[in-house]
Amino acid sequence: MPDALLKVESINVWRGASQVLNDVSLSVGQGEIVALLGGNGAGKTSTLSTISGLLRPKSGSITFAGESGPVSLTSLRPENIVKLGIAHCPEGRQVFGGLSVMENLRMGAYLRHDDQIGADVEHYFELFPILRERADLKAGQLSGGEQMMLALTRALMSRPRLLMLDEPSLGLAPQVIDQIFDRIEEIRAQGTTVFLVEQNAAMALEVADRAYVIENGKITISGNASELAEDPSVREAYLGIETTQATGAEIPPMETSS
Amino acid sequence: MSAYVLQQLINGLVLGSMYALVAVGFSMIYSIVRLINFAHGDVAMIGAFSTFLVFAAAGLPLWVIVPATLAVGAAVAAIIEFLVFRPQRQAPQVNGFITSLGVSILIQNVGILLLSAQPRSVRLPGLLRTNHDFFGARVTTLDILIVAATLISLLVLTLFVKRTRLGIAMRATSENVSAAQLMGIPVNRVITAAFAVGGALAGLAGLMWGGRYGQIDPLMGFVPGLKAFVAAVIGGVGSLAGAALGGYLLGMAEIMIVGMLPSEYGSYRDAFVFGLLILVLLVMPNGLLGKPAEERA
Ligand SMILES: Nc1ncnc2c1ncn2[C@@H]1O[C@H](COP(=O)(O)OP(=O)(O)OP(=O)(O)O)[C@@H](O)[C@H]1O
Ligand SMILES: [Mg+2]
Repeated sequence: MPDALLKVESINVWRGASQVLNDVSLSVGQGEIVALLGGNGAGKTSTLSTISGLLRPKSGSITFAGESGPVSLTSLRPENIVKLGIAHCPEGRQVFGGLSVMENLRMGAYLRHDDQIGADVEHYFELFPILRERADLKAGQLSGGEQMMLALTRALMSRPRLLMLDEPSLGLAPQVIDQIFDRIEEIRAQGTTVFLVEQNAAMALEVADRAYVIENGKITISGNASELAEDPSVREAYLGIETTQATGAEIPPMETSS
Repeated sequence: MSAYVLQQLINGLVLGSMYALVAVGFSMIYSIVRLINFAHGDVAMIGAFSTFLVFAAAGLPLWVIVPATLAVGAAVAAIIEFLVFRPQRQAPQVNGFITSLGVSILIQNVGILLLSAQPRSVRLPGLLRTNHDFFGARVTTLDILIVAATLISLLVLTLFVKRTRLGIAMRATSENVSAAQLMGIPVNRVITAAFAVGGALAGLAGLMWGGRYGQIDPLMGFVPGLKAFVAAVIGGVGSLAGAALGGYLLGMAEIMIVGMLPSEYGSYRDAFVFGLLILVLLVMPNGLLGKPAEERA
């Protein structure tokens, strides 16, 4: 694994009376795509929210390799975490529906004061021409796929070094998912590290270098993406493929009689 | 008769301007933190007292008094937000509501304690009481200034909210606090700024109120604050344009009720105002310009 950009060590997180993360440790290396897989309520969103400062861990540490040395994130406010170079594209997109597409992008660049903001918008309009067409429309009027493109672009507007995506494939048509995942690979190719949360394990394992599986707030499996794709328990639980423990061979589909 | 109607319209416009200023700030605060802030009218009272007891008493000219009062209103609202509302940001909505009632009563009682409940006569410096004839109706320079200053304030506010980085951040925060935080927007500072803007407008309204009616007292903010709340609800809570519209409608309606009905009904003006509120909400549950609840989320 390359040098760690993000290191999460033994965090315990509570929401109200219930513990949602239990001794979670993981790391994301510089330039990697790392996936975090798990079912509903497993703790994926809670993990991202704790990294981005929306939730505070009761114990444990989160360290980010900042431009001028390692920084502990656990006591920073969300805006300072964004400032360090971490962008979190939230679950369900959460674009600002009452703001125009352009205003959403401006908010993505909220902490920037350089003169390249317009050039970046232009660059992303080239990548997603539909956003240019919709620039003055309220974000709430966009389709789900267009909103995802906007949410992704909005997160990129802060020029992050680490991009965290929470279920980007959620509720989208297969072609749109393909398009989004192509972009994710391009983003990494241009040097941005990606931490990808997904229930769609098949897609995630295709693009990721490494992956973790979280269940009930605990990391249960971790390894290279290609290994996980062959792991019988992952195949069964997250790829929907029934396997026999002994051989790993697929059971032929049952006859369906009508 | 038509000069009489015109006079009533002008009086309604002036009263409506002051309601609009308070209502817009009230609505702004509501839309960003979902707080029904009953102390908002009391900020107008503090604005009025600082105008007349401090700035005018010190002999300052009007062009200094107005910005100074705006600053006092902004500071008072921001301090209340920081000290009282911020610590219970995560608490249920009803807590904020009760707290604001408490703050309102506290401010009023401290005001009575320090300044006595006795209304005092006040006046603004300059030739503001000069009468002008307007098609048979009587208009003072102050009336013209009140309406003009309100319209300018509303215009500046609209540009601020629509165009500036901070204004857009306010709208983003009012829609989705956690998503705003993920953009790096310092939401606490943005919320304080929204209170400050609302407080400045309330302070200005207090100055106008004292100047127009010639009297101030520590309880003077309560009823206008309540009416601004009504105006904001009539206009559609959370909509700034709606709050301004509601303020003007309410001011007009109130003056018309007082002016057109036989004088023995005059003392029931507040009953008519609230009757109007109920009527509007029966026909348009979201107010005139409000969005349906599910869209507001
Ligand atoms: N706001 C909240 N308050 C209290 N508990 C919460 C809250 N949000 C989530 N939880 C609980 O935290 C646990 C983890 O939820 P989390 O949202 O992190 O799961 P997830 O893996 O992202 O699930 P999903 O795939 O459904 O998005 C769940 O048990 C959930 O019930
Ligand atoms: Mg989730």
